[in-house]
Amino acid sequence: MSEQMPTKPNGPAAAAFLAAGAGALALGLLTTLAEASTAVADALKFDKLYGLGSGVGPLSGKSILASVAFVIAWIVFFAVWRGKEVDFQKFFIAALVLVALGFLLTFPTFFLLFEPKG
Amino acid sequence: MEFSDRELWTVLHGMGFGAVFLLAFGGGLAGLWSLRERLLTEEGLRERMPRITLGTTAMAVFGWLTVISGTFIVYPWYRVEPAGGIANYSGPLEGYPKFLLLSSESTAQWHEFGMEWKEHVAWLAPFLATAVAFVVVYYGPQLIRRPELRWPLMIFFGLAFAAAAVAGLFGAFITKAAPVA
Repeated sequence: MSEQMPTKPNGPAAAAFLAAGAGALALGLLTTLAEASTAVADALKFDKLYGLGSGVGPLSGKSILASVAFVIAWIVFFAVWRGKEVDFQKFFIAALVLVALGFLLTFPTFFLLFEPKG
Repeated sequence: MEFSDRELWTVLHGMGFGAVFLLAFGGGLAGLWSLRERLLTEEGLRERMPRITLGTTAMAVFGWLTVISGTFIVYPWYRVEPAGGIANYSGPLEGYPKFLLLSSESTAQWHEFGMEWKEHVAWLAPFLATAVAFVVVYYGPQLIRRPELRWPLMIFFGLAFAAAAVAGLFGAFITKAAPVA
């Protein structure tokens, strides 16, 4: 079995966790920004602007851009840390913070605080 | 007995893709939990790895299928407005679930809190599940030599489940209060 093979470095695992955190943060930021600004919300209507998902509204832009952020972050992080051994705990804590921000920024009680008044 | 397209897609989204996603969690988590050197022989690990791989990759794949079908197929039916706009409409609101919920104080929170949370938080699940599945597939049996990855994998896996569970729970309640069919 693979016991004879050298253990793979942990950089790629760190890259995957951090990329998920980046995707979560991107989604959270877009959600809160769309609530705070109608210009942002309109710009995220990818269904109207680019014909992606008829009738989905700003969620089309939020979900597509957050997914793109996740993939791009992953490609970049993987390229940077692919053959490296890293301090995994630090990376994981950073990823957890990003994910926690993602949860917070997508929580209605929080993002509705930024809704324009009147 | 007949199903409309909307009913079929709603069932496929929630009880098909979504249910498989949630079920795969149990198998995947049990496998990740047992990835401890003192609990596994070489032969035991070889036997267990395909199940862990299947559980985590199924959760990632079905996570994506669930959010994509939910967002781009079912959600437009939920938020559709009557022709001419809701402000000029005075007919029955069945067929316009979002506006049916908003029409009464007793149900408005299902949209203002429930749907607003569900539609966003659900998208966190595939990001987290995909990262977990990648690590499991990339390291394979070598995971046992990487004890520092075990807890992070289980935590991300659990968070993916939590995000999907919130979405699934609100989805079920909202569908009951205002079906898209």
